[in-house]
Amino acid sequence: MSEIHARFKGTTGTFNLDIDFNLPATGVSALYGPSGCGKTTVLRCMAGLTQLATGNLTINGHVWQDEHTFIPVHERPLGYVFQEPSLFPHLSVDANLGFGQKRSKKNTGSLGFDKVVELLDLGDLLERSPLNLSRGERQRVAIGRALLCDPEILLMDEPLNALDQQSKNDILPFLQRLHDELAIPILYVSHELKEIEHLADHMILMEKGRVLTCGALTELLADPSWPLARMPDAASVLSGKVSAIDKEYGLSTVQLSGVELTVPGNVGVIGSHQRLRIIASDVALARDHAPQGSSILNGPVARIIDVRKNGPYSMTVFLKLGTGANGSEENGASLLSRITRKSWDSLALKKGDQVHALIKSVALAN
Amino acid sequence: MWETIILTLKLASVTTLVLLVIGTPIAWWLARSNAWWKDAIGAIVALPLVLPPTVLGFYLLLALAPSSPLGQAATALFGHALPFTFAGLVIGSVIYSLPFIVQPVRNAFEAIGERPLEVASTLRASPFDVFFNIALPLARPGLLTGAVLGFAHTMGEFGVVLMIGGNIPGETRVLSVAIYDFVETLEWDKAHILAAGMLAFSFIVILVTMVIEKRMRKRLAGSD
Repeated sequence: MSEIHARFKGTTGTFNLDIDFNLPATGVSALYGPSGCGKTTVLRCMAGLTQLATGNLTINGHVWQDEHTFIPVHERPLGYVFQEPSLFPHLSVDANLGFGQKRSKKNTGSLGFDKVVELLDLGDLLERSPLNLSRGERQRVAIGRALLCDPEILLMDEPLNALDQQSKNDILPFLQRLHDELAIPILYVSHELKEIEHLADHMILMEKGRVLTCGALTELLADPSWPLARMPDAASVLSGKVSAIDKEYGLSTVQLSGVELTVPGNVGVIGSHQRLRIIASDVALARDHAPQGSSILNGPVARIIDVRKNGPYSMTVFLKLGTGANGSEENGASLLSRITRKSWDSLALKKGDQVHALIKSVALAN
Repeated sequence: MWETIILTLKLASVTTLVLLVIGTPIAWWLARSNAWWKDAIGAIVALPLVLPPTVLGFYLLLALAPSSPLGQAATALFGHALPFTFAGLVIGSVIYSLPFIVQPVRNAFEAIGERPLEVASTLRASPFDVFFNIALPLARPGLLTGAVLGFAHTMGEFGVVLMIGGNIPGETRVLSVAIYDFVETLEWDKAHILAAGMLAFSFIVILVTMVIEKRMRKRLAGSD
C-alpha cells in the first residue's frame, strides 16, 4: 500500500481546483506548473491547511481525509516547508528545530536530532537567533524543523523560491542529500524545471487547477504530447551507473541502458547511480557515423522515434539511445535534440532513422 | 493620603490582571474570527471609549443594584451587594478600560499573520498550544502596551468610580476622587502633591513602556 492517492475538488476565492492523482510513496515527486496553477493549494489541501468541498487523501493506506474523516493539521504526520522559512523569531534555532520534535507522538523516528543537524549542516547555527541567519540558513533550519517531527511525507512549497541564486546553489546539494538519504516520499512544488530535473523522480504536470499528466520525470520530459519538450531550454534527464573512471583525463564513464556516455570530472565511485542532464540544443545529429576530427566525446547511436516542429525554423527530435536491434530501443534512454529545420531537411531525416546523437556537453544533475 | 494611593494602585493592579485574563481571549477572537457579528462585538467592547463615564456608571449602578437580577446573582456570589464596594469598583473599571487592552492586543495578534500559526500547526501544535506558545509570545509588545494603558487608565478614572463606588476611604476612595475632594475643600497643597505625583508617575510609566516595547519589537523583528 505504498501509495499516495489524492483527490481535491472545490473553490477557494475565485480559483477552481479539481485534481486527482496517484503517486508512489517513495522518492521525490514534483508538482510542476506555471505560477497560479494551484500547486500550492494542492499542498495546502494535503496538509489540511485548506479545506475544499471535496477531499480524499490516503497515504500508505491511512485515510487522512474523506467524506467522513478530516484529520486536523496538527495530527497529520507530515512535514511542511513553506516558501519563506517562517522560523519562530522568539525561539533560538535549537528551540525552533525541537518545536515539532517535542510534540510528535513517536519520538523513535529514523531521523534523530544529531542526524538532521549533520545532514543539513546546522551545527554552528544552533545557539543563534533566527534573526541573525542568512535566508539560505533559515530555510535549512526550516527543513530540519519539518524533518524532526518524524513525518511520513515531506511537503515542500517552492523552498528555494524566496532565495537568491547563491543561496539556491547552497541549498540544492542539501536537498539532493535528502533525496538520497530519506526513506519518506517528498512532494516538491516548483515552477523551476531546472530544480525538478535535479531532484525529482516523478512529476505531476498541472495547469489551471487541473492535472495534465503524471508520471516518471525522464519520460515526461521527453514525451512529445506534453509541453516540456517544446520549451526553449528543454533538456533530457538520464540516469545510469558509473562504470569507469579515467584519471589521466579526468573523465568518467556512465553506463546507461544501451549506451555509455563520457562525462567530464570524477563524478562518483564506480557503481554509484548518477543522473545526467543534457540540454536539447546541445545535441546535434549526424547521419552515418560520428564525424572524424571532432572534439565531441559522445556520439552514441540513436533512433528517431518522433519529431515536432518547434516554431517555423526549428525542430525537436525525440530519440531513443541504442542501436534498436531486437527492438531494444524500447528500453533505451530518451534523449531530445533541437536542430534547425534546414538540417532536418538537408539530412533528409525521418522517423525510424538511425542516427548518431552528437552530445556537446553532459552535465551531472545531482 | 497613603491609604488612597495604595487603594488606587491595588484597584489598578487587580483591574489590569482581570483585563488581561478577559481581554486577551476577546482580542484573539476579534483578530481571528470570520463571524459576521464580529464587528458588533468589537463595537460593544469599544463603546467605553466614547461613552461618558457617568452614563456607564449609571447603568452599572442600576444593573448591579440589589433589586436587579444581576445584582441578586452578584449578592449570592459575593455575599453582599456590589455598588459602593471594592469588587464593584473592579467590575466597573474592567468594563471601562476594556477597549484600552483589547485594541492593542488585537492589533498585535493581527500583525502576527496566518503563517507562524500555520507553521506551528504543521509542527504538531494543537490550537491551544499555538495560542500559548506562538501567538502570546509573539504578541508580547501588544500585551505590554495594553496592560500599561489599562493600568494607567484605571488609575485616573473618576466618573465611573463616583457613580458606583462613591467616596468611602479605604474601600472606594481613589486618587482622582481624593484630588477632587482636596480642591473642593481648598486643600490645594495636598491636591498638588497627588496631582504632581500622578503626573510624574504617568510620565515614567509611559517612558519605560515605550523603551521596553521598542526592545521587544527589535527582538521579534526581521523574521519573515
